[in-house]
Amino acid sequence: MNSLTEMKRRPTDWQGAAMQKRIARRYAAERRFKAIGMGAIILSAGFLAFLLIVMVGNGFRGFTQTELPLEIDFPAATGGVSSSQFEGPDANSNLQSMGLREIVDSSIDLQYGEAGNDLFSPGGWTTVNAMILADPKIVEQKATIYLPVVSEIDVAYKDVGNPEAEKRVSEFSGQFSTGFNWNFLSNSDATDPMQVGIWGAFKGSLITMIVTLLLAFPVGVFAALYLEEYAPKNRLTDLIEVSINNLAAVPSIIFGLLGLAVFLNFFGMPRSGALVGGLTLALMTMPVIVISGRNAVKAVPPSIREAALGIGASPLQVVFHHVLPLALPGILTGTIIGMARALGETAPLLMIGMRAFIATPPSGITDPATVLPVQIFLWSDEVDRGFVEKTSAAIIVLLLFLLTMNALAIYLRNRFETRW
Amino acid sequence: MTSTTLLFLVAGLGLVAWFFGRLKAAGLQKNGKSARSVLHSLPSYHGWYVALWAIVPATIFMLLWSFISPALITDAALTSPAAAQLPEGGFARAAILSEARAIAYGNQVNAFNPLSQAMVNPYRDAISYYQMIGVVSALLMVFAFGAYAWLKIKPDLRARTKIERVTMLVLLLASLIAIVTTVGIFLSLVFESARFFSMVSPIDFLFGTEWNPKAVAGPRGETGFGAIPLFWGTVFIGAIIAMIVAIPLGLMSAIYLTQYAPAKFRAWMKPILEVLAGVPTVVYGYFAALTVAPALRDFAVSIGITSASSESALAAGVVMGIMIIPFVSSMADDSIAAVPSAMRDGSLAMGATQSETIKKVLIPAALPGVVGGVLLAVSRAIGETMIVVMAAGLAANMTANPFSSVTTVTTQIVQLLTGDQEFDSPKTLAAFALGLVLFIVTLLLNLIALRVVKKYREAYE
Repeated sequence: MNSLTEMKRRPTDWQGAAMQKRIARRYAAERRFKAIGMGAIILSAGFLAFLLIVMVGNGFRGFTQTELPLEIDFPAATGGVSSSQFEGPDANSNLQSMGLREIVDSSIDLQYGEAGNDLFSPGGWTTVNAMILADPKIVEQKATIYLPVVSEIDVAYKDVGNPEAEKRVSEFSGQFSTGFNWNFLSNSDATDPMQVGIWGAFKGSLITMIVTLLLAFPVGVFAALYLEEYAPKNRLTDLIEVSINNLAAVPSIIFGLLGLAVFLNFFGMPRSGALVGGLTLALMTMPVIVISGRNAVKAVPPSIREAALGIGASPLQVVFHHVLPLALPGILTGTIIGMARALGETAPLLMIGMRAFIATPPSGITDPATVLPVQIFLWSDEVDRGFVEKTSAAIIVLLLFLLTMNALAIYLRNRFETRW
Repeated sequence: MTSTTLLFLVAGLGLVAWFFGRLKAAGLQKNGKSARSVLHSLPSYHGWYVALWAIVPATIFMLLWSFISPALITDAALTSPAAAQLPEGGFARAAILSEARAIAYGNQVNAFNPLSQAMVNPYRDAISYYQMIGVVSALLMVFAFGAYAWLKIKPDLRARTKIERVTMLVLLLASLIAIVTTVGIFLSLVFESARFFSMVSPIDFLFGTEWNPKAVAGPRGETGFGAIPLFWGTVFIGAIIAMIVAIPLGLMSAIYLTQYAPAKFRAWMKPILEVLAGVPTVVYGYFAALTVAPALRDFAVSIGITSASSESALAAGVVMGIMIIPFVSSMADDSIAAVPSAMRDGSLAMGATQSETIKKVLIPAALPGVVGGVLLAVSRAIGETMIVVMAAGLAANMTANPFSSVTTVTTQIVQLLTGDQEFDSPKTLAAFALGLVLFIVTLLLNLIALRVVKKYREAYE
């Protein structure tokens, strides 16, 4: 009590040494706290930058391939065939019957000796095949064609490989050239890392996404309209809302278990197909569309509805002629974000068997297919070091697609969002 | 004719029906002069009325037919003379029939069993017979119902009301899909888990400490399904290591962005953090396995922990934490923004520095919201699959050493369900039991978190 009265009597001495010290300490704590916050931000963004740098650093090499020149004397090897054979629909089978593969192999023997076949990628002749189909005139002359080398030498040339491959690289140094790996964009999965491509997985992703969109978008939009515009306040509506909020938080792998138990085992749908994958992802994406759709519908001001009702529109005409068109940009933004999430999803698709080795691109919704993220997962499991850069390259492609989709969503939001 | 072409055909006929219905209604409208012949609905509603009558009954019939006809086809095929040679009952008979069916439908080229080859033709006959019945009846239904609706078009037909009633039904059905999915998830998990628990005791599963499904021997008396090491691994990676990374970084990022950062910095930084949330988990997993895990092992070896595993819990946990940062940060952002500004202003007016205000006023006030957000983040982390599948190990260890390898529930689900296994074996069914546990735990975490956040919101409203 005594000290309190004392304090009342004497005002705080702000200029005193003790107080100055105290304030300095408090300000130092302030600066420290601010620096910690800044550090947290920088660290988080740094992780992202590091991840991207690692992926791009590894991945850009996946788009190139190391090549060696091969001289093929077509007239001598084939006994002089005319280029007209390789035009038109029979071209491919004529090439097969000519024995192109053997011609390429013997040309390699001729130029690089017996050990030459260890130099070139075993699938290299398909490059020659494609070149002849594009320009049949080649078969009437001597041609120098750059063919991809085997994976070990490719790795050794680009980076550090095993000692044996390194020795061969130094043996042929100066002859190597680096070309763009078109195969990577046009081929499907293969056992040889020099021949793998993402086209099959990309097509699988595309088909799966179409199935997902066709199912999830109408159902999501209809459910959002019903819940926001018509649903009476009762038990059933509460149950629907709880289900949707729960589904949005259920781990994705649980949807995979659902797909396995219900779609594959109960309904007997074809395993590994884009149909089941699309269905499973649609169930996952639907709640995202419903939630964003409801927010978009909620944002349309009531005056619009009242005006439409006032001039005699029925409740359904109000929604389908006025509310839905106005809410559509918001719904589309949510849909794109949901689809981007579905495009990157891996775990549920592993459950329903979309992890098979698919060497031919799917042509329908029931064909065995794989998708980009699953392909990334499969390649990451490969022992061959040649797959490391291919995996990263596939990741770059996937990230590019996701970035494009997100950018599109942001653009849509900024371009069409109406502030009422 | 395949069912897809039939579906397209029916849809095309529906379009034709729409056109005719509209045409008739428009004609009525044009001719109608007296008040009694003014149309109740716009002509296009009459078009829809006819089209729906044409399509819907036929489509329902086709769906039912696709369920009924296989049984009818099998019955018809069995009455053929070739069926007399089939073995009586049992597995062999079913195998022959299913092979013949596969060939007849064109899913398979050659038969292994000559008896199935003999059954192919009866099957083909039966299929084409019943398919023709299906197609003809479907088309008849399209025409009959379409014509019925077309004849009913009159000026006072309340076409719009009827169409709107159907549309409302469709909207309601779309919303019910959410309930159906939830129930489907729950039932399929419970059903398969029940089969698992009929082979393995739930007590052994939930409280056993030995997880080794590969060593499981006989159909009865299975051991090696003790899931405690998996639960520990999941909690260790998802709820401990990941949160040690994510909570401080996410919280401090949110505080800096909302309280200190200039508007321009915030406008740039927020989307960048959101990109972290949009990176697919398989990319994080690859990053963890390729870059983080070897680096951490080398680090551990260099400080003298020679037993460090290259599939350490730390690598998976740290990368998972990074993935969760934006999630924690946005939850914290929301709850700090929900604190009334009067509290903040009051504290600043009393002479507290900004950091003192944040530490002593804002965070305590926002704590329930932050805790709710962290619970949601934990629920997301323990359900996360790809990072742990790619970066954590398969060894079910009960250890608190972050440099050793542990395994998680989701890793084991993937492990148990990939590869060709009998669907009835306890190994496969164990995955569903694990899935059920995961589902219930994440559901509870979400419910608690949402309730905490809601209570806290109400407190300030």
